Order: sequence, then C-alpha cells, then structure tokens
Amino acid sequence: MISLIVFLPLIGALFAGFSGERFGKEAPEIVTSSLLTLTAFLSWIVFFKFAAGGEPFLIFIASWITSGTFQADWMLRIDILTVIMLVVVTTVSSLVHWYSIGYMHTDPHRSRFFSYLSFFTFAMLILVTSDNLLQMFFGWEGVGLASYLLIGFWYQRPRANAAAMKAFLVNRVGDFGFALGILGIFVLFGAVDFESIFNGSRSIGNFFEGKSQEILPFYDLLHIDFLFWKIDTVTLICLLLFMGAMGKSAQFFLHTWLPDAMEGPTPVSALIHAATMVTAGIFMVARLSPLFVLSPFAMTVITVIGATTAFFAATVALVQNDIKRVIAYSTCSQLGYMFAALGVGAFSVGVFHLFTHAFFKALLFLGAGSVIHAVSEEQDMNKMGGLCSYIPKTYLMMLIGTFALTGFPLTSGYFSKDAIIEATYAASFHSSAGFYAFLMTSMAALLTSFYSWRLIFLTFHGTSHISSEIKEHIHESPMIMLVPLFILAFASLFFGFIFKSFFIGKNYDHFFGNSVFPSSGTAVLDAMHHVPFWVIWTPTLAMISGFIFALLLYLKWPNFPSRLAEQNIFLYKFLLNKWYFDDLYHFFFVRPIIWLGNFFWKRGDTFLIDGFGPDAVAARTLDLSRIFSRFQTGYLYHYAFIMLIGLTFLMTFCIWRILG
Amino acid sequence: MSKVTLSDLLPLLPEIILIIGAILILMYGVFSSREKARLNEIAMGFSLALILLIFSMTILSWSSGSIESELFDGAFVLDMFSSFVKCLILFSSFFCLLMSVDLFKSEELSNFEYPVLILFSTAGMMMVVSSGNFISLYMGMEIQSLSLYILASIQRESLRSTEAGLKYFVLGALASGMSLYGISLIYGFTGSTNFSAISRLASEFHAPDEASLGLVFGLIFLLAGLAFKISAAPFHMWTPDVYMGAPTPVTFLFATASKITSIAVLIRLTMSVFPVMILQWQQILIFLSLCSMILGSFSAIGQNNIKRLVAYSSIGHAGFILLGLSAGSQAGLIGVLVYMSIYTFMALGIFSCILAMRRGGEAVESINTLSGIAKHEPMFAFLFATLLFSLAGIPPLLGFFAKFYVLLAAVGSHLYGLALVAVLSSVVSAFYYLRIVKIMYFDEANQESFDPISSIIHVILLISGGISLFGFAFPRPFMYIVKTVVLSFL
Repeated sequence: MISLIVFLPLIGALFAGFSGERFGKEAPEIVTSSLLTLTAFLSWIVFFKFAAGGEPFLIFIASWITSGTFQADWMLRIDILTVIMLVVVTTVSSLVHWYSIGYMHTDPHRSRFFSYLSFFTFAMLILVTSDNLLQMFFGWEGVGLASYLLIGFWYQRPRANAAAMKAFLVNRVGDFGFALGILGIFVLFGAVDFESIFNGSRSIGNFFEGKSQEILPFYDLLHIDFLFWKIDTVTLICLLLFMGAMGKSAQFFLHTWLPDAMEGPTPVSALIHAATMVTAGIFMVARLSPLFVLSPFAMTVITVIGATTAFFAATVALVQNDIKRVIAYSTCSQLGYMFAALGVGAFSVGVFHLFTHAFFKALLFLGAGSVIHAVSEEQDMNKMGGLCSYIPKTYLMMLIGTFALTGFPLTSGYFSKDAIIEATYAASFHSSAGFYAFLMTSMAALLTSFYSWRLIFLTFHGTSHISSEIKEHIHESPMIMLVPLFILAFASLFFGFIFKSFFIGKNYDHFFGNSVFPSSGTAVLDAMHHVPFWVIWTPTLAMISGFIFALLLYLKWPNFPSRLAEQNIFLYKFLLNKWYFDDLYHFFFVRPIIWLGNFFWKRGDTFLIDGFGPDAVAARTLDLSRIFSRFQTGYLYHYAFIMLIGLTFLMTFCIWRILG
Repeated sequence: MSKVTLSDLLPLLPEIILIIGAILILMYGVFSSREKARLNEIAMGFSLALILLIFSMTILSWSSGSIESELFDGAFVLDMFSSFVKCLILFSSFFCLLMSVDLFKSEELSNFEYPVLILFSTAGMMMVVSSGNFISLYMGMEIQSLSLYILASIQRESLRSTEAGLKYFVLGALASGMSLYGISLIYGFTGSTNFSAISRLASEFHAPDEASLGLVFGLIFLLAGLAFKISAAPFHMWTPDVYMGAPTPVTFLFATASKITSIAVLIRLTMSVFPVMILQWQQILIFLSLCSMILGSFSAIGQNNIKRLVAYSSIGHAGFILLGLSAGSQAGLIGVLVYMSIYTFMALGIFSCILAMRRGGEAVESINTLSGIAKHEPMFAFLFATLLFSLAGIPPLLGFFAKFYVLLAAVGSHLYGLALVAVLSSVVSAFYYLRIVKIMYFDEANQESFDPISSIIHVILLISGGISLFGFAFPRPFMYIVKTVVLSFL
C-alpha cells in the first residue's frame, strides 16, 4: 500500500508525460488527478492506522549503491512523521490537481503541466519516505527539478525563465551545504541510513552527558581541525544540513527565490511553494532531530534564523501590491515560525504548524488563484477592490484562510501558531535566543494579521479600481475549482482542533513515538502548557490589533496609507524593495559572476583558447596547405629540382651524421 | 654457375606464363582481323583469366610448400614474402582490369594494348619483388615502369593524359637514373650485385670509413629512386598531376600495385640486405616519412579535384608505411604488410567511387559535384563515407587497424616524435576526408544524380566497403598469414 502511495504519482506522471493527448484531451488530467486522489485516500487510511497506534516499519524496494562500506538502498521508512507528510502532500496535491483542471483549462500544454505536477508529488513522496540521506537527496533534487520546471512552465515569458533559474540557483547554494552535510555524516557515522545516524547520535549524546564510558571508533572525529580552528563536527554537520534546509525552505539569506517563484501558475505556488516542497527543510530538520539536539549552537542558529525570517518576511509583506507576492512572503514568514519552533526543541509543534499551514496556505493561494482567474489574470491588488459581491464564494474561502493564518480562535492556525509562540516563550527561560524568537514571532503575528487583512480589504472591499472591460468578465470560478477550496477551508477551520491533541497534546510523545526527538523538547513542551495567561493571549491580541489597524487604514481612511508611505519614504522603500536583498545579491554575487563569466568567455575562451587554439591551428593549417600547393607549379623542371634538392639534403644529412 | 634444368625453372613458372600469355594476346591483337570491339572483349577476357590463373598458381605454390627457392645464382628468389606481395599485386592488377571493363567498352579507353600493358607491368612487378640481384631488380623495374608510362598516357586524345604520361616518364627516368647510379656505387664498393653477397660484405664494413660512406651514398641514391615510385615526399611531385591525368583504373594501379612493389624492394633492401646499416637508412626513412605525412595531410586540404585529393592522401599513406618500416623491427614489418593490404582494399573502394562519379556520360571529378548526393544515391554515399572514415582511421573500420599497427611499431622502437607527428597529421587528414562526407550528407543537393552505376563497380564497391566495415571482426586468419610471412622473412 505504501509502495502504491509512492509510485502511483510516478505512473501518472509518466502517463501524462508520454501519452500526451493520444487518449483524448482530458485523459492526462483525469488520470493523474484520479491516481492522486486514490493516493490521498490510501494515505489517510495509513494515517488513521498510525494514529490508532501503529508501529514504524521499513519497506525494501531495491538496493542502489554498495561500494566498500558505503551502502544505500531504495527503502521506504514509514513512521508517524512520514505519514503526516504523506497526508499533507497527497491531500494538497490531489486537490491542486483537480483545481488545475479548471485553472489551466485554456492552456495548450496541460499534459506537460500535469506530468510535472505528478512527478513533483512522486519526488516529494520519495523525499518524505526516504530511509537514508542519499535517497532523501534524490527526492530533494527531484522536487527542486519539478519546481524549476513548473516555475518556468510558461517558458515563453522571460520573467518566468529568470525566476526558474533563480530558484534553481539559490537552491543550489543550499543543496551544496546539504550535500556536504551528507558527506560529513558519512565520515562521522560511516553510513547514511537514519538508523545508523540515530544510534550514533544516541551514543554521542550519552558520551556528552558522561553516561557512557564506552569508546566508539568515531569519537576521534568529533572535532576536526581546520586551519587554526577546532570545530565541533556535529555542529558543523548540523549547520551544513540546515543550510540545505534554508535553501529549500526559503529562510533568511536564501529566501529570495520564493517570491519570484510566483511567476509559475498559481496551483503550483499553492502546492510547491506553500504547502509541500518548502516544508522539506522543516521535515529534514525534524527527521534528523536526534542529531540536531546534540548541537546547542546549531539549534540557536535555527531559532534565530527562523525568528528573523518570520519577522522580516512579514514586514516585506506589508507593502507588496502583488496578491501572490503577499502570500509568498507570508509563506516565508510562516516557515520562519516553524524553524523557530524546531530551534527551541519543540519539534512536534513545528511539525503541527507545518501540517495546519499546508492546508490554509494552499487555501489562500488557490483562493488567490480564483481571484486572479476572475479578474482576467490581474495580480495587482491596487487594481482590484470591491470584489466580494462579484465572487462571494471565493471571498468566503479567502476569509476562512485569513482567519486561519492570522490565528483566529479555534481555527487551525490558532492552535499551531499560538503553540509556537508559547513554546518560544517557554524556551526563553533558558536561552536568550528563545526570548528573541518570542519577541519576533509575536511582532510577526501582529504584522501577519495586518497584511492579511490588508489583502482582504484591498481585494474585496473598498472602492473598485477594476477597468470596466474586465468588470464585464468577472465570474465565479467553476465548481471544479471551488470544491477543492471548500475541502481546504474545512481543513483550515477544523484540523487544528481535531488533531491538536495528537500533535501537541498530553500524549504527543505517544503519538510521535521515536520519529522526532522528544527528550530535549519535553521541558519546553511541558513548560508550554504552563505559560502565563498573558502569553496565551498575546497572539490573539496581536491578531485583533492587526485587524483593527488594517480596517482603519484601508477601509476607514483609504488615503492614509499613501500619506504614511510618503512621510516615511525611506522605510517604505526599504520594505518595498525587500530590504534590498535582491539588489545586494545582484551587486555582490551576480554582477561579479557575470563579469567573471564574460571575462572567461571573451578573454579566456574567445581570445586565448580559440585565438591560439582551434582558430589559430586551423588558420596555420590552411596557410601551410597554401604554401604546399604553391610548390605544385606543374612545371617539370620545378619537380625535378625539388627531387634533386631532396636528394642533396639526404646526402648532406648522412655525411654530417657519419662524419660528425 | 651450375647447369639449369627445365624443372629448376618451376618457381618461375607464373612469370613465364604471364609474359608468354601477354605476348600471345598482343600477337593475336596485331594479326587478328576481327572488329575492334570484339577484339577488345577477347583481350580483356583473356587478360583477366590469365591474371586469375597466375593468382591461383601463386597461392597454390604457397600452399603446396614448394617455396623458398633461388634461381639463376640468386637472381630470382621465391619466398613467402615475395609470394605474399605478389598476391597483393595480382589482386590489384585483377581489379584494375575489372574496373576498366566499362571504360574499355566506351570510346575513352579502347586500345586493345591496354590490358596487355597491364599484364606486362604486372610481370615486371613480380620480377622486382622476386629479384635477388640488382640486375634483375633493375630489369623488372624498367619493365614495370615502361608499361606504366604508356598506361598513364594511353588516352592519346586527352591532353591531361598525355601530359601525365610525359611527366611521369621524364621524372621516372630521372628516378631510374638515380637508382641505377646508386646501384653502380654499391657495386663499386662491394664488387657484387648479388643481395646476399652484398649483405655479407656490408656487415664487414666498419663505419666511418670511405667504403661505408660510398655504400651509404649508393643506398641513398637507390632509396631516392624507390621513394619516387612510392611517391614519398620530397620525391612525390609527379603524383598529383599523374594521378589526375591518368585513367582512373591506371591511377588505382599506381596507388596500389606499383607502390607495393617498390615498398617490397625497400623492405628487402633494408631488412635483409642492409640490416647492419640501420642507423643510416632509418634516418632517411624517418625523414621521408615525416615529409610525406605532413605534406600529404596538409596539401590535400586545398584540393577540389577528387583524384588530386586521393593523390595527396596516398602520399600521406606512403608516409605511414614508411613510418612502420623505419621502426626497423618485426612489429614494424607486420605493420607495413597489414597497412599495404588494408590500403589496397580501401583504395579499391575509393577508386570505384571515383569511377562511379559520372554525369551525362562524362566523368566528373570535382568534389562539389558530390553535394547532397546522399539523397539521390544513399547506398553509394554510405559506402563512400564508410571508406572515407576508414581512410581517416576511425575505429572500428579497417583503416584504424592499419594505422594502429604501424603506430604500435613506431612506439615500440621509441620513435615517439615521429608517432606523434603521425597522429597529428592523421587528425589533419581526417578533416578533408570528413569534408567529403559533410558535402555528401549535409550540403544542398543542387544537381541531378549520377548516371546509373554499373554493376561491376557496384559489386567492387560492396566488396571493398564490406571488408572495410566488417573486416575488424575476422582479423585472425589474415594476421596469422602476415605473421608467418614476417617470421619466415626475418
């Protein structure tokens, strides 16, 4: 059954990719969507089995690499963490598939689109079911590839191509770290499968705590000397792995690709760049939590980066005008929340937010897609307004999504996000990073509420800025797009409430079993349930104040925001230009590299290598050929003369050799 | 001098029959009153049959073991080596005649003396290969050359053909003079014209003294004369003009049989007569090889006439053969024999291709006429391309193995620089071979297709192309023969 879950999407992808429209125009989309739906049902069945108390198990598929002591097999590792991811991925993916049938209705390359979508799902499933880091890396790269293909799906648009390349290249930076981390793990543990890593981590942990006097072979490797530094190997590996996670999950410094990725079709943004792929980093850190807890420094870095991202992305989202970009920055920010939770050791909380976030963010994106669909591909919110009466169902769905995102009481976001803020507060007693995270995430909660409601007010309320010709075409989306929205809305409203007790309730450790590392988190998680009253109410208060600000600024005094922007022009520009990250990167990395590339191309290749290499050789060859041809005059006496010269030369040469 | 009985002449039987047969055909042609076309048919038929007969006799005498004999006090030597080379010569003469059949029927080449001359030159070549004495060597060379001079200019109406014949004759006379002068020098310093006697005496000389210097000079003159025949640079100047002017089947004879003969003499002189003077002749051969390879590959680039191009290519191949020879080792000899055999097969195909290039009853020779021919004549283009790839030495075609063995021998004898030049020049030569392929396959087809290719040419082309393509799969029997020959020779 598990194998079916993993491989059905691949079959769908291959079918859609290779059959094209041979079996009718609708065949690829129907087949892939049906297969995905089946996959989703199977995943839920597995999920409930586990929730009722299932044991983790492994499924061997094929051996892959056996080289010396190195061994990597194709193997599926099924435990609760995997199953949670399975449920998230397959559910959102199947809904997005169905939604895309409506959204991509007029696109001529639908079979390609659905093939990519299914392929993405397959790669993501391989990633989450992997039993070793190499297989995970395969899935990791697979989703990266699918993301690249889908961002650049409309390859006729230069901006889409640029965004696709940017996503790929920025991810490459992270993947570089990830690959190094895998190599480091192999050096340290002599294996890349999770069982060996967990066992190794356990014995290192015992060693650190002085429980074990046993000397294991890899203890010599716990510190490595690099130049004059003595580096803690575990910390180094964790930081490298986290670098991979930063790339994939668009964290601070490596976040720049995610907003640009919105050039892809909106269903793609919902599936890949909100619900699933970007959470791969969270998943990886959670999966390797036994290793990460060994390095307090790495955990601190994760907390700080996560909290910073949560705040930073929220500030940028305040001023963006593109509806998808706002949600993209919101995604970035929410991923920051998750990392902050992981960083303070509340792994289960982070995973819970991953779970709820996937549904309400997918809802928001698909809702945004529905809006864009309604107003003829317009994405600028300044050119919308007053849409709530035209597309009431979409409006309602977006409202639900916003409630969940901002953490309105009893919606799913309320449980997971508030839990994170509480966890950071609980952690702040024994680490300053925890306090920093608490501050940042609380402020981000306010900002989140503000930009979310700003989006709603600008899009659906107030005076309409829609041109009259577009106005004639405004229409509610077809049912095939709306039904997935309804399902997601249901999930956004109730999943938090339903699954709260599993993920972060009293018996969470029973639920999670050994799939994420519990012990260090236990303190935080226990403390979490005993935080002061005001901490519990902080997020809600932030949410409400954010709502009120947005209400005042965008509905009550609609002219006020522009005046505010004028008065604080520097701050406004700073935010509008996303803290100038793109420009900085452009200046420090892109420009020098382009210069270097040009240098090597024009000076190195064209001038030096071509000039003295192929071109020169070819030219000299032709010259020589011309010279030789000139000897061939056709005159008999020239020929005879040359023969005699040759003879004379040979004789002279031999005399010189013999007498000399 | 001992008394010679008739049965002692048995080893010479093939040559005797060949010459008597040729004379008979000539006589018949002169005195018969039949009409010309019929006469030509008879002459051609008999000539072909005669060569086949001699070919089978040579093979038979080899397999029956009646080999390794000397006649006329060592003036005529029959050994495995000479039989092997004779087989190659007869093979190319036979196919030269076969290729000519169509031309012979038309007006272009209708003298009935034509096959007879080929028979005579073949007889001369066989004499040369078997000679064990400078007198018989020179005699054979002259029989061969005189026939070839006439063959080159046999199209008396054609200006190009007569020019070719004349150039070949004048320069050939110069080369013969050189050889003869070299022979006289060798005779002067050793007092003998017999190979084995000279070999004995040469080993007693101690360099450097006057006698050895005289011997070296004689050798240089002799080698220069031979280098002319195998068109090694800088004695190659006649090659492009004569190759272009002579009728194509005759050019084939120049490129194969005539070269093979002279190379056989070179081998005999260097490896069995003057092996003690290896330091001297090796230098000379290296120089000739270098010049030939470089000139052959670079000059061919500028050519637009396919026959001129093949002429330069044959100069380059002569360089490769000399490379193997200059290794002066057993491996080198194996390489040379393999190279000669493979080159004969490939040249057969290339010249049939040239013969197939006819439009409106006229032979066309410009490379550009081949443009886009792959669309009209896919089979022809494929075989031609195969042969060109083979000539360029691209594995797994046969041409690769030819070069491979020669290079192996050169490296084995520590001639690294020479081997490097060989490889580089073969890179350059690949350019002009591939250019033809490119023209055939990728250029616009702007002309109508060729005249229908005659069945004989087609068959020859298939044989040659097939051998070049699949020969690599069955190397064993052939390599066995070559090794036996070399072992018996050294």
